[in-house]
Formats: sequence, C-alpha cells, structure tokens
Amino acid sequence: MLVNQFLILAAVLFCIGVYGVIARRNAVMVLMSIELILNSVNINFLAFALRNGSVDGHVFALYIIAVAAAEVGVGLALVLLVYRNRKSIALDELSEMKG
Amino acid sequence: MVAQNIAFGIIAAIMVVGALRVVTVNNVVHAALWLVLVLAGAAAQYVLLTAEFVAVTQVLVYIGAVMVLFLFGTMLTRAQLGKEKQLNNPTWYLGIPASLLLLGVMILALTSSFGDEKLPTDSELVSTQAISDQIFGPYLLPFWALSFVLLVAVIGAIVLARKD
Repeated sequence: MLVNQFLILAAVLFCIGVYGVIARRNAVMVLMSIELILNSVNINFLAFALRNGSVDGHVFALYIIAVAAAEVGVGLALVLLVYRNRKSIALDELSEMKG
Repeated sequence: MVAQNIAFGIIAAIMVVGALRVVTVNNVVHAALWLVLVLAGAAAQYVLLTAEFVAVTQVLVYIGAVMVLFLFGTMLTRAQLGKEKQLNNPTWYLGIPASLLLLGVMILALTSSFGDEKLPTDSELVSTQAISDQIFGPYLLPFWALSFVLLVAVIGAIVLARKD
C-alpha cells in the first residue's frame, strides 16, 4: 500500500466536506459536512502513524473523535435554539449582525 | 498486499460515493444514512491502517452516538421528513470551483512530496496498551483538558437547549 492512496482519499473527502459547508443552507447538513472533514483528518493521522511507526497519531485521532462529539453536541443545541427562536434553520436568514 | 489494495479500492469508492451523496441529496435523513456509510468505511480504513482501537471507537462514538444526535436534531428542527427544495444556498455552485481548486492543490502537493513511497508492510497491530501508555503518560495534560472540554460541552448543550 502506498502512503499516497490514503492521503489522496483523505484529500478527496476533505474537499467534498468543504463543498458541503459552502453549498448547504440547512445547519444540520453543514454539521454533517464538518464531520466528513474531521474524518478525513483522522485518516491522515493514522496513515502517518503507520508510516512513522509511532502511536502518537492514534492518540490524536482519539482526541479528534472526542472533540468532534463535543462539537456536535453543542452545535445541535445551538441549531435547536435557533430553530426555537426563528422556526427555521436556514443559515442565510441569520443576518442580524450584517453591518 | 494485493488483497489489501483491492479492499482499499472498494472501500474508498464506497466512501467517495457516500460522501458525494451526503452533500448532494435533498433529504436530511437520507444524508444522515449516507454519512453512516462513509463513517463505517472510515472505520474499515482504520483497520487497514492497523488502528483497531481507533476503528472500534469510531464505530461506538460516531455511528453509535453522533448519528443518533443528528437524527434527533433533524427530528426536532423539521416539521416534515420528506424532500426539501431549500437545502442548498442560492450560490451553491461557488463551492464547486473552490473545492476543486483545493483538491488540485492538495493532490499536487501530495504527489510531489510522497510520490511512490510505500507504507511498511511488516508492522504489527498497535495494541490498546501502547495507546493507553501514551495517553496516560506524555499526553496526560491534553487528556485532562479534553475531559474539561467534554464537561463544558455537556453543560453548555443542556443550558442552550433547555426551555425556560
């Protein structure tokens, strides 16, 4: 197995996630795209851990999984709060702070 | 080695198709189910990369907990569960050149710096004991900070989502 096949797979997933963050209007869908991005980063960490024969990449991958879980919890609570106040979670309608 | 490459190819194709469906499908619940496919494929790739413990954690945390959160979030924020026309921004097409440009730059950088470098084939599975020795040894302080992050996230989610 080449190093590059994992790194390029991670790059493809990362770019799909970036497209989702830019294109999606629904806040839940944006959070899902962020999960794609975080997963591609994890694949990178584990590929480099295998390449360098070190365990540090595994530790970082576990920390990323934990932080992603916290991020989804707080993010969905925020989405719920926005929905309760506005009856909509369309991100382009949240423009009160526009100068 | 050939078997591993074939497995990688099949799983990678499934993951890319699933990820594309996540960002293009017009139904939030279907997008969440496609995301399950991508996350399961990522867990399989972790096994190929000799990271069994991370793969199991991925299945438990992402497919078990995070997806349930997503489905609850979908359920609590939407009246109807069918198709929706307004899932994309009016300027969604701007994402295509942005992500393709990013992908081109990344693939160029990766091929020029790693080329045909091979992964070591004789490496053993990383034992859970080795990972825990790292977490509770040199990485103890980040682990501590992480437990505070999780505590704050739990309290914050309760405070934000509660009705009063």
